[in-house]
This record gives sequence, C-alpha cells and structure tokens, in this order.
Amino acid sequence: MTRVVVVTSGKGGVGKTTTSAAFASGLALRGFKTAVIDFDVGLRNLDLIMGCERRVVYDLVNVINGEAKLNQALIKDKHCENLFILPASQTRDKDALTEEGVEKVLKELEHMGFDYVVCDSPAGIERGAVLALTFADEAIVTTNPEVSSVRDSDRILGILQSKSRRAAEGQEPIKEHLLVTRYSPKRVDDGEMLSFKDVQELLRVPLIGVIPESESVLHASNQGTPAIHLKGTDVAEAYTDVVARFLGEDRPLRFVEYVKPGLMKRLFGGK
Amino acid sequence: MSFLAKLFGEKKKTAAIAKNRLSVLIAHERSGAAASADFLPALQRELLEVISKYVSVDLDDIKVHLDKQDNCDVLEVNIVLPEQKSS
Repeated sequence: MTRVVVVTSGKGGVGKTTTSAAFASGLALRGFKTAVIDFDVGLRNLDLIMGCERRVVYDLVNVINGEAKLNQALIKDKHCENLFILPASQTRDKDALTEEGVEKVLKELEHMGFDYVVCDSPAGIERGAVLALTFADEAIVTTNPEVSSVRDSDRILGILQSKSRRAAEGQEPIKEHLLVTRYSPKRVDDGEMLSFKDVQELLRVPLIGVIPESESVLHASNQGTPAIHLKGTDVAEAYTDVVARFLGEDRPLRFVEYVKPGLMKRLFGGK
Repeated sequence: MSFLAKLFGEKKKTAAIAKNRLSVLIAHERSGAAASADFLPALQRELLEVISKYVSVDLDDIKVHLDKQDNCDVLEVNIVLPEQKSS
C-alpha cells in the first residue's frame, strides 16, 4: 500500500517545499521508494530545491492530460536511488489539475510500487492546495511560530477534516502531524517568539518535530540539495529525527533549548 | 520604558500577547464554522409551515443539507411531495 503524505500550511514561505524535499529524501534514505509531487501549478519550485530543474521535460499536467507517460515525467533524484520527483507545470492555468487526474496519477504510482508519495502543497486554500490534500493519508502541517502562520494552519486543519477524500467518505481521518519550522530557541527564551508548546496547544495536533531557523536552509537551496543532506547541520539532524518519528521511532526533541554562547564563542564569534 | 530598562536593553515580551490573541481567534473561528449550520433545523421547520399551507407534507419529507464546494456553500433543499391522487 502506498501512503500519501501532504505537506501543507496555508501560509506561504513557511518551509513547505524545503520540508517536502527533506522529508521525501529522508524516507528514500531509509530505503523506501518515494515520489515527491509539486502541486504548485504555475509557480513550481520543488525542482529547484531538489536540484533537478534542468532535467524537467514533462510535468504533472502533461501526465494528467495524457501528453506524457508517468515514467517519462518522473525525474530520478541525484542523491537517492529510490526517490523520484514529479514537477509541477510552469505555464498552464490552474484549472489543468483535476481530481480525477490526480487520482489517476496516484493510482499509477501505487501500481509502480511506491511506498510513499509526498505531495508538496501550494500556499493558500485554492484548488491546488485542496487537490494536494484530497487523497492524503497523513498530513504534515508546517507552521512558523508566528500569528498569521498559526491561524492559516488552523484553517488548513479545518479543510483537511472536511474536504479530503477520507473525510468525504467517512473513513478514518487523515493522520495530522504538526511541524514547527524556522524556530529560534533564543527568541523563545527572550519571550519574543511563540514556543513550540504554545503552537501545539493552540492547534492541538501531535508534534512531529521542530526545525530550527538556520542559515543552512539557504545554503541547501542555493545548491539544489535538500537540507537533510547537509551533514552535521542542526537542520539536517532535525529533519532526520522527523522522518524517524514519522516511521514510529521515539526520538527526543533537539535544538529547542537556547544554549548561551560561551565566552570564547562570544569573543571570537564561532560559525 | 524606564531609563534603566533602556540602558540594559530590556526587550518586550510579545510572545504571550501573540498566544492570547491566537487562542481567542482560533476558538472563535472554529466555533464560527460549526455555528453557520445551526440555522438548518429552524429553516426546515419554517419551510414545513409554508409548504403545508399548500400541500400536506411531513417534517421528514423535507431534507435540508448544507455542503461546501470549493469556496462556496451549497444549500440543498429536497422536498418530497405527496403522491397526487388525480387520474
């Protein structure tokens, strides 16, 4: 059985694509055959984050319209053997995505023996975002510790509970996970930022992880390398933990406590 | 801000304000979504009153259902009229 996981948030710029890329790569690193689909028709970016932008020939809409076969459109990842990327269309109008079309693609991925399909949702609550979550079995709700992001995540949770196929057919509801991203323990410590506990208390969704705000994310996207591959960085470690927890392992939270820099570090600035 | 606070750069603690505002807002928005469908039973009763002026129908013959499609709410009203005894 293929598990479909949507990475969603409502608000833009909170780290959905970064998370989709890192999470899908993490599943592939654990040996699962994984596909990651960009649902942001018109504004595709997953290809850039995954570093495969120059290898895009066909896209999701081509497959839906029957202009290309699914395995022609799937791009093999350069870092992981069993990871494939299905890019979004860049030019077409948003009506090109249909529920039937998406369902067909997901069924075909299941036939091809994929263990996981990660759907990278566009921002907003429009068609693309709804279609990305329609067939989901699990959802990773990406939230920044900030008022507008928390509110939008709450809206998206409402949509997950009302518009998904599981909700419509009265099946077991989508398994929701809260992922707090761009977290700054120092600012939380200073009382300037909502803590992950605050966010979880407000949204009432089980926490799957906290990703610290980090310069590494920009380095990763600059190079087109998913952040999970940046060995030794806190972001890569945090995403590795998220994947482990997703697979049912018990991992304590890391990078959530503020550690005061030592005297030497303050004097000489350690980077 | 006092002089001393300025001197030592005491920062405003705004996270607590954010949490308070959000907890009020989210509670309001969650209840709002459910409350919008609260008028359905009343609508059903009043429809019955109007329709039964002209034909005899039961409360069970009137089905009122509120559905959401994309960005609009669809109100579906289904009324089963009694069989005509003509012809």
